[in-house]
Parts: sequence; C-alpha cells; structure tokens
Amino acid sequence: MLTTLLILWPLVGAAILLALDARFAKPWALTVSLIELVLTIVTVAQFQPDATTQFVVNYPWVASLGINFYVGIDGISMLLVILTTVLTPLIILSSFKNSYEKHISFYSLILFMEMALVGVFVALDGFLFYIFWEMALIPIYFICLRWGGVNRGAVTLKFFIYTLAGSLVMLVGLIYLYYQTPGEHSFAVEALYAAGQNLPASTQSLIFWAMFLAFAIKMPVFPFHTWQPDTYHTSPTQGTMLLSGIMLKMGIFGVIRWLLPVVPQGVNEWASTAIILSVIGIVYASCLAIVQKDLKRLIAYSSIAHVGLIAAGLFTLNKIGMQGAMIQMISHGIVVVGLWYIIDIIFSRTTTQEIASLGGIRNSAPIFTTVFVVIMLGSVALPLTSGFVGEFLLINSVFQFNNIIGAVAGLTMILGAVYMLRSFQQTMLGEANVRTQNFIDLGLNEKLVLYPIVVMVILIGVYPAPLLKISEAAVNNLHQILTNYQALSQ
Amino acid sequence: MSDLIGFIPLAPLLGFLFIGFLNKSLTKGWVSFFACGAVFVAFILSSVLFFNLLNAPEGQAAFTYTAFDWITTGNFSVSFSFLVDPLSATMMMIITGVGFLIHVYSVGYMYHDDGFRRFFMYLNLFIFFMLLLVMGSNYLLMFVGWEGVGLCSYLLIGFWFKNQDYNDAAKKAFIMNRIGDLGLILGVILIFVTFGSINYADVFSKAGEFPVGSEIITWITILLFVGAIGKSAQIPLYTWLPDAMAGPTPVSALIHAATMVTAGVYMIARNNVLYTLSPFTLEIVTVIGLATALFAATIAIAQNDIKKVLAYSTVSQLGLMFVALGLGAFTTGIFHMATHAFFKALLFLGAGSVIHGMSDEQDIRKMGGLRKYLPITFITFLVGTLAIAGIPPFAGFFSKDEILANAFAHSKVVYAVGAIASLLTSFYMFRLFFLTFSGENRASEEVKHHIHESPKSMTIPLMVLAVLSLIGGFMGVPEVLGGSHALNNFLSPVFAQSAQIAGEHHHLDHSTELILMGLIVGLTLVMIFIAYSIYVRRKSVPTSNEASLGAAHRLVYNKYYVDEAYNTVVVKPLYFLSKVFDSVVEKLLIDNIVNGTGKAITWGSKTLRLVQTGNTGFYILAMVISIIVLLVSRSFL
Repeated sequence: MLTTLLILWPLVGAAILLALDARFAKPWALTVSLIELVLTIVTVAQFQPDATTQFVVNYPWVASLGINFYVGIDGISMLLVILTTVLTPLIILSSFKNSYEKHISFYSLILFMEMALVGVFVALDGFLFYIFWEMALIPIYFICLRWGGVNRGAVTLKFFIYTLAGSLVMLVGLIYLYYQTPGEHSFAVEALYAAGQNLPASTQSLIFWAMFLAFAIKMPVFPFHTWQPDTYHTSPTQGTMLLSGIMLKMGIFGVIRWLLPVVPQGVNEWASTAIILSVIGIVYASCLAIVQKDLKRLIAYSSIAHVGLIAAGLFTLNKIGMQGAMIQMISHGIVVVGLWYIIDIIFSRTTTQEIASLGGIRNSAPIFTTVFVVIMLGSVALPLTSGFVGEFLLINSVFQFNNIIGAVAGLTMILGAVYMLRSFQQTMLGEANVRTQNFIDLGLNEKLVLYPIVVMVILIGVYPAPLLKISEAAVNNLHQILTNYQALSQ
Repeated sequence: MSDLIGFIPLAPLLGFLFIGFLNKSLTKGWVSFFACGAVFVAFILSSVLFFNLLNAPEGQAAFTYTAFDWITTGNFSVSFSFLVDPLSATMMMIITGVGFLIHVYSVGYMYHDDGFRRFFMYLNLFIFFMLLLVMGSNYLLMFVGWEGVGLCSYLLIGFWFKNQDYNDAAKKAFIMNRIGDLGLILGVILIFVTFGSINYADVFSKAGEFPVGSEIITWITILLFVGAIGKSAQIPLYTWLPDAMAGPTPVSALIHAATMVTAGVYMIARNNVLYTLSPFTLEIVTVIGLATALFAATIAIAQNDIKKVLAYSTVSQLGLMFVALGLGAFTTGIFHMATHAFFKALLFLGAGSVIHGMSDEQDIRKMGGLRKYLPITFITFLVGTLAIAGIPPFAGFFSKDEILANAFAHSKVVYAVGAIASLLTSFYMFRLFFLTFSGENRASEEVKHHIHESPKSMTIPLMVLAVLSLIGGFMGVPEVLGGSHALNNFLSPVFAQSAQIAGEHHHLDHSTELILMGLIVGLTLVMIFIAYSIYVRRKSVPTSNEASLGAAHRLVYNKYYVDEAYNTVVVKPLYFLSKVFDSVVEKLLIDNIVNGTGKAITWGSKTLRLVQTGNTGFYILAMVISIIVLLVSRSFL
C-alpha cells in the first residue's frame, strides 16, 4: 500500500495544485513534496534490509496482455526512492526566489515528474517500468521547453528525440522478452528474468544492446552524451537539477534492475566494452570540463565523468563496485543539485555564469564560500565527504577488473581537482570586479536548500553505514544471480 | 588507557568546529585560547600515552581503540580505529608539541590579520587530520588524514585569497599532491586485493608469507611511494613545496616543514615490513631521496628569498630522510624527521620573526645586521642553523651523522653524495644566516625605522624550539659516543619484524665511525668559514642582475627551469588535448554523427511532423496509442 501511496501522492498533489490559486502554488508544491518525504521515512522505518522485495502491490491492469500494476521496494529501489524524495523538496525550494510565469504548471510538472521517477524505481512489471520511464520524460521536456534559456527549442527537441529513440529500442527489447515468457505471456520482472536468462548467447547480446542503448543515453555514457551539455545548459536550474540529480539515475538503475539480471550472458559478453566506453568517458569529459568557459557546461561535463565512473564500477559486476555505484548515485545527486544551485545563485546576482567574468565573490560572501567549498570537496571526493566512499569503492572495483583501466579511471581524482579548483579559484577568489563586488551572502531561503546538502555531504562521508546497509542484501542477491550464471556458463 | 585515544584527534576537531560555529561572537583572545587549548589537550593526552608506552612492559607495545565502523560492504570492511604504538606516539608528540608551540606563535604573528579566526580554524583542522594520518590503524584512515592535511595545506597556502598568485600556488600544491594520492590509493587497493584487508595488523602479519623480492609487494611499495613523493615533495613532484611558501610563515613551519611533508617518511616507516620485502623499491627510495637531497641543496644556494631557501632546504632534508629509509635504517629516518621538526620549525618561525620585524620583507639582500635589532631571534636562529649544519652537540648532528654512517656502510657513492648535500646545506644556511644577521642593514630607511623584536608569544616558542634543537639529538646518541640510542630502543618493536627479515645489519667499527664524524664536522666548519669569508669579510651581497650571473649560477637561480619544463611537457599538452577534444571530437565528430542520424530520420519522416500540435494531452494520447498499436500488431505476427 505504501508503494502505491508513494506513487500516487505526488500525482494527487499535482492535480490539486492545478485547481489552486497561483499564490498557493509554491507552498503547496513544497508541502506535497515534504509529505512525500515523510511517506518515504515511514517506508524506510518499516523496511527490512534483507534481500526481499517489500511493500509489494500487484493488481492486474491489462490482464489480457499480462500487464500488471506490479510494484515493490527492495534495497536498491529504497535508496533511489530516498534520493528522489529528499531532492525534490530541495529542488522545489530552490525555485522560490524565482518568479516563473505560469508557475502553477511549473510546479505541477515537477510533482508529476516525482511521481514518474518514483514509479520507475519501484516498478516490477516491465511494461509499467516503460510507462513510468516515458512519463518522466514528458514533464522534463516541457519544463525545459517552456522555462529554458536561449535556443531551447532546438536543444530540447534534440534531447527529446535522442532519449526517446533510445527508449523505443528498449521497448522493442522488452517486448521481445515478453514473447519469450512461457504460456500466458507476462511482463512481471521474474518472468522476464527467466525468459532472458534462457536465451541463447547471441540473442542475449542483441537484447543487451537494445536495453543498454536506452540506459547509456539516459546516463549518459560516452559517446551517447552530446545531448546532455546543451540540455543542462539551456534548462532552467530546476530542470537541470531534476535531470542530473535524479533522472540520470534512471539509466543506472535501469542497468541494475532491467539489464544485468535479464541477460547475464549478454552482460558477460559486453561488460568490458561498457567499462571501456565509460572509462574513456571519464577522461574525455574531464578534459572537456577543464576547457569550459561556462560554469554550467563545466558541471555538465563533470557529471558525465562522474557517471562514467559509476557505470564502469557497475559493469565490473563486482559487489564492491555495485555498492559503490549505489552510494555514489546518492552522493552525486546531492552534490550536483548543490552545484547547480550555487551556479544559479551566482547567475542571479551577477547575471553571468561565465568563469572569466567572475572572481572575488569570497570577499563579500563568506558563508556562500564555505558552502561552495564543502560541496566542491564532495565533488572531488575528498575523504569524509560523501563523494569519497563511492569513488573509492568504484575505483577499487575497476582496478580489480583490470589494473591499467582502474588506474586510468582513477585519473578522475586528479582531473576532477584540476577543473573544480580552477573554476572555484576564478569565480570565488582574487579581487572582486564590478559584477561581484556587491555580492550578497546567502539568504534564509538559500540556506534552507544548501545547509541540508552540506550536512548530507559530510554525514554520508563520515557515516555511510546506514545507506550501505539498505542496499547491501539486495546487491548481494543480484551479485549471486550473476555469479551463479557465470559459474553455469563455464 | 585506550579510552583516551579518541579524545586526542577529537580535541582539535572540536576546536575547529567551536571556532567555526561561534565565529564572530568570539574575541581574538578566546579564539587563541580555544585553538591553542585544543592542541594543548591533545599534547597532554599524547604525552600520557607516550610515557605509558615508554614504561610499558615488554610485549605490550601498543594501544588500540575503535570508534565506529566506517565503510563495510561485501568483503571490504574498514573502521575508524586508532593505533598508538611507539611510532605513532613519537609522531603524535611532534605534531601536538611542535603544533602547540606554533599555535602560540601564531597568536602573535597573525594578530593583526583580518582572517585571524579562519587561520586558527584551519590550523586546528590540520592538527586533527594530521593526527588521523598517524593514528589510523588502517590504510584508509591514513588516507583520510593524508588528503585532509592536503586540504588544509591548500586552504592555508591560499590563505590570503585575494592574491591570485597565492591561489595558484595553493592549487598547484593540491593537484600535485593528488597525483601522488592516486598512486597511494591504488597501492591501498592493491593491498586490499592481495591481503584481503587493509588493517595494518592483518597486512603485516600476512606479509611474512611473501618471499623477499615478491613482485606484488614490489608494486604495492612503489605505488605507496608515489604517494610519499607527492606529499613529501621529492623528485619529480617537489615543485609545489617552494611555491607553498605563499602561505603565512607559521604554516610553512608547521605544515611545510615539521609535520605534513614528513607524512611520506612516516608512511614508509609504518610499512617497513613491506619495504623490507622489496629491496628493489628500497633502492628506488634511496636513489630518489639522494637525488632530491643534492638537487634541492644546489637550488637553495642561489635563492634570495629567506623562505625559499628554507623550503629547498626542507626538500633536501626530506631527501636525506628517504635515503635513510631506503637503506633500511627506519629508526634513523624517524630520528632525523624528529630533529628536523625541531630545527626547521625553529628556522621557519625565526624567519617569520624576521619578516614580521622587517615589515614583510623576505629578500635577504635587503636584510643584514639584524643581530642588534632582533637579539632573541638572532640567538635562536643561530641555534637552528648550527643544528641543521650538523655541528655537535646540536640535534641535527646526531641524526644526520647516523644517516651518513648508514650510507657509508651501504655504499661509498651514497655516502659521498649525501655528504656533499650536507655540506652544501651548511654553506647555504650560513649564507642565509650571515646575510640576514651580520654586517650592516640594507633595508630602506622607512623599513629600518620600524624594525622591532617580536612579542613574547613569538619569542617564547622560538626559545623552546631552540632548546629542543640543542638537546633533541640526545634521544639518539650512538654507542660510539657512549650513548644507548633511546629512540632506537623505543621504536624497536615497530621495526622488529623487518629487522628479522633483513637479517644482520652491517655496522661500522667504532674507529671508522669516529673518523667519518670528525671528517664531516671538519668539512662543515670549512663550509661555514667559506660562507663567512664571502658574506661577512668580503661583505658580498648576491646581485639582483641576473644577466651578470654565470651560466651554472643562472641555471640554479632559475631552479633548473623545472617549472617551465613541466609547463611545456604536461600542462600545455593537457590543455591542447582538451581543446582538441572540445572543438574537434565533440563538436565536429560525435555531434555531427548524432545530428546526421537525426537529420536522416527527420528527412525520411518529414510528413509525420505535421502531427506535432504542441498539445500535451495529444502527445500522451499519441504515445499510449502507438504503444498499444505496436503491441497488438506484434501479437498478430
């Protein structure tokens, strides 16, 4: 029941919002997302950190086609639901100082998006998963299109078509699997797993690529990333936050739930390719981040680099790597939302996000600087920040996969420091200029967004045990499936 | 006893948080009180543990304490747990003891700075991380401290953040350290893969199963050493340390001389078992240490900035410590690290006192004759100079002599190069000393008018450190001089296992040892005399005109153009590559393929675009319908 509630509540909230007076849109949206957070907390409190799927709801939906409203939460879903419901209120709150026109639709789209995201993470029916997956694309498309910046038409169209193309290939894969299920066909996750695992190796490879393409575009993994910097750059801040903070985790989650256990032999065949692409992406995107002149683009490329490491670690199929991917998804989400907000604050006060025209902000904004430093340290994965736990586990797993590739992946430690410190120095340090000399330090509203982020960055870095524990058993379980299969095929 | 351990790093952490949160509501007096008090508490607690270990019965040579589990997943597990054994206790005494003195000194030095509170926050945070580094009972906790002190170093080098040159120096330090850190973390991962654990106790006990010269151990030790090269500023990653002098002088004394930069020495000493199993790596350590010692010493001869001279001197002295470690003389390396902490902190703080008194002047060509203006600084600086030059009975004499004796027993070449580096040290240090304190003052009238001795909060730490530089060597008096080498006895449990693996160490006979001692002291006096005759008798002052220098002199004056070389070989190519990625690969290649694919499809389905009405409801409807159509059509196939 809780699972259904978690999906439906934001939708109900969005519907009510449409009927409300414009004045109440902001507080109502925030309230809805906070109640959703409370629901998550209630769920976490009841959640048993074992390998089972809990809070399962299974109603027939299109019974004739074997499609069910089949949802439930295991440790992996739990962490991503936490991520979604923690970030959404912060994202909503981060928009409070903006006055978007038609903001009722703006906030209802965000809430609609939250519903779809939660749905993606809890769906246990392949078709339902696909529906939520596409549903999540719709609100973000409109958010980017209607409230985006320069050239938004062309950019969002490219984004929309690119990701939609990927999803359609995935749909083909899902439907193929569906027809491999015995008897009355079914989209249920267990049925699809069984069907996929029984396929011959060559077919598994095809399915692998069908699914991987969709997920790789969403994350994005090199070389499927070119929609991303433009879209992040053009979208309004909240759109970018939703995209990189939560939505790209759909791709990683997709790999975990709808790829690895579905076609283990296909994965065996192609995992090294995926790892190599991801690691190329780490170095490539980091280098690009170094030469960006625009803060938003810089963070966009850094995000590709970070996601590359997550994907690489995940495809090592090593338990440490998978757990590293889980914790790093959380950390990346928190850190990147913080960074987008920092850029938003800089832009709103100086009307520029070009690195070269900034500088000297630290002189008049010490609190803002401190917050920026902590979040930056999370991004460069300094120990005792959230970024380190995941990065260490991930590099560890890639290094175990192959020493040289692991060392190349580790370059993110150095290159990350290069681009982050460089941009920090040029925006925050030095003498102030005309644009930055009257930079006002953080206001209450901004503190309400950034302080929780700072606290989470440090808290997760110092004591990640509770989060690791939530997904431990589920990851073990997944790992068991993969190793069993590897043992069988040998 | 073990319960005390947690409070030692906690005290400076609380100091940091306390000053950070109360910030503006604390007066400078209270800030000083809390910051110094926190370190003092840590010092007292460390002393208690230290003396307990000193008097501990045979076999009970360590205290451990586990605070909480940090990262546990799969077969990987690491906790926040501490190990206080003779090695870490020695380090803790230096960190908290010298650290406390430098905190006190900073109260005077930084009093008029706007960033007074911030400075003490960073300083306390540094002590916290440095303690984690040496107290951690596993590699990852050491790594936490390792990167944490790097952060503090970054924050403190760029302390005066309006100056972008300083910020550049800070950034350079952080990035070069990160290069080393990558090596270190890969080494830690390789340890985990090899031993299935990253706790010191597990690793060292299993290490015995590996033969001497084992390939995997060689890789591990090399990777760890890469970390040490970065942190301890050895060739080729040393260039950040001279630039790090941009930070306030107490920072140079604490972080860039006495403690942080010696982390690499600690790390290798801690891993003595692994290094002993890999003679190949030890050779590398010796060669790099030796090369750095000599190289940096030659650069120091031609520098005119008082802090730069001391910085290159630090690089050179660290090189000597690595020589000791490379020779398998781990105690000797730690011994020199300890005495160096005393006299180099003293010299830096002395330099700070000079700079303070000279209205922020750092160029020794504009100093001179300060003996009469700064009497206490003069005397204490002289003690430090004698100590680093290795004049008996000052502290540096004993530790340096021990390194050279070990070198002689190992190889005459190592001895000769090490001796040359030491002799150069005594030359450039006395050059610095004479140019600063003797002769006539060369400052402008304006500056001369303001020269003053520093306040008590600064001179008292100088005096304490001078005493330590005078007597510090007595913890390691060699047998030949009738001592029993207390430090050696204290540390022996830490190095027992590697001593067993390495087997019998050849010792010099006493007469050879005495002859070498006499030789090096004699030659040192000659070097001092040369410096005296050039800079005091001939009153020669280094020229400001670079063109008039000889080719060799110009080469060392410009630090062998290493920074320029790195810029050409590493920095520029990286930017060039990135630019190529940006403008060619990204924009021309990948994006055109993507857009081309898109265009081909668009062109093929141009008519279908007519259905784009811009109506949300229509899109959803269309999508759902098409999915269903797809499904239905598929089921009839």
